[in-house]
Amino acid sequence: MIGPDSVPRLARGMRLREDAARGRWVVLGPERMFVPDETALEVLRLLDGARSVAAIVDDLAARYDAPREEIAADVTALLQELAEKGVVTA
Amino acid sequence: MTAEAAAMRQDAVPAVEPPLALLAELTHRCPLRCPYCSNPVALTRPARELDTATWARVFREAAALGCLQVHLSGGEPTARRDIVEIVRAAAEAGLYTNLITAGVTLDAAKVAALVGAGLDHVQLSVQDAEGAPADRIAGAAGAHARKREAARLVRAAGLPLTLNAVVHRQNLDRLPALIALAVELGAARLEVAHVQYYGWALANREALLPTRAQLDAATAEVERARAALAGRLVIDYVVPDYFAKRPKACMGGWGRRFLAVSPAGRVLPCHAAESLPGFDFPDVRAVSLRWAWEESEAFRRFRGTAWMPEPCRGCARAEIDWGGCRCQAFALTGDAAATDPACALSPHHHLLAEAVAAAGEAGFTYRRMGAGGGGDDG
Repeated sequence: MIGPDSVPRLARGMRLREDAARGRWVVLGPERMFVPDETALEVLRLLDGARSVAAIVDDLAARYDAPREEIAADVTALLQELAEKGVVTA
Repeated sequence: MTAEAAAMRQDAVPAVEPPLALLAELTHRCPLRCPYCSNPVALTRPARELDTATWARVFREAAALGCLQVHLSGGEPTARRDIVEIVRAAAEAGLYTNLITAGVTLDAAKVAALVGAGLDHVQLSVQDAEGAPADRIAGAAGAHARKREAARLVRAAGLPLTLNAVVHRQNLDRLPALIALAVELGAARLEVAHVQYYGWALANREALLPTRAQLDAATAEVERARAALAGRLVIDYVVPDYFAKRPKACMGGWGRRFLAVSPAGRVLPCHAAESLPGFDFPDVRAVSLRWAWEESEAFRRFRGTAWMPEPCRGCARAEIDWGGCRCQAFALTGDAAATDPACALSPHHHLLAEAVAAAGEAGFTYRRMGAGGGGDDG
């Protein structure tokens, strides 16, 4: 389970890259592809294998005008979903 | 031009979407001789293979065109001495690199070099769950044991692994053992791929087509294993054409999602398309990949729906299955522009059931160079 102290990163074999031909970013994996929405992309860009979920939430809370608890809930749910899909490990 | 004429013109020339993935068939050389090999019957000789610099250009052009992934295939891609440079060129072009290998030529040093060059993923083929029958199907003694070792090396290097098991009459009963093998080898994905019957496999159809009972047992086994292994192993499985009522959207539609480049540099809408007569497939040594994709007659011929005959024309599924597989249509009807006989609405659909009924005990014709009358590319 993803919690505040988890240190998530892209799973081995997953790559976040720009898809310039289609004007979007994608996560590429073995024979599959995910197209993150704007929020998910913001979070994925902050995954560096060093930052904890709490630190990621701090970063987003400093930049976006939304209650920290709300951001924390959204980010945790998102990372949990990505972990279940095998995109992210923690 | 009137509005009506403009609309008609738009219908005739659909907007060309960029491709998602490139299948790079680096060589037709392979240490295995599988009787269902997806390479053309007329194999390309090594002397005609594209060089490293040309492949690097193809990768850059593919990425610029919109490709996100490259599947490095063959034949056996590691049979090329420059495979590490080729992987590096693909990774530097920004492509997600997937090596589709038989595994028997991999060792620890080669795996380490490939990882260092930027390889993202390995897809390893197995011919059966156990050594003796696997080696018989591959036509290569000791191959299965070396594949097991290759899987271990790939996982030890930290790379994600997909196991690809081509299934047919002679191994389908061992599907539970194949699934167990995927788990044992640490694969995150297993492709249970039914043989597709064109080229070599068509020549061996009698020996390879499963029975309805075998197919039903396999489908039930996949459903059981998917539930039991949820979160540990993803199993890709599609009911084969010969038992289907509707055709597959072969390659996601002709010239819509994928392109392939053959060992000698022919740009193809699918890796088997060279079996189709009456085509002048673009030569990547002479033209750009973008021209081949967007402008060439070969890619335009079956793109979209305007080319479709009855019963595809006007069918509600025309943009779901895109008329099915052109190679299968040609192999079974002699007409590449016919509706795929896998469709129950095709007047040729009965051919599939007849082939299933005719299957039984038969020997293999193993793949070999020169079997297509020495027919080299170009």
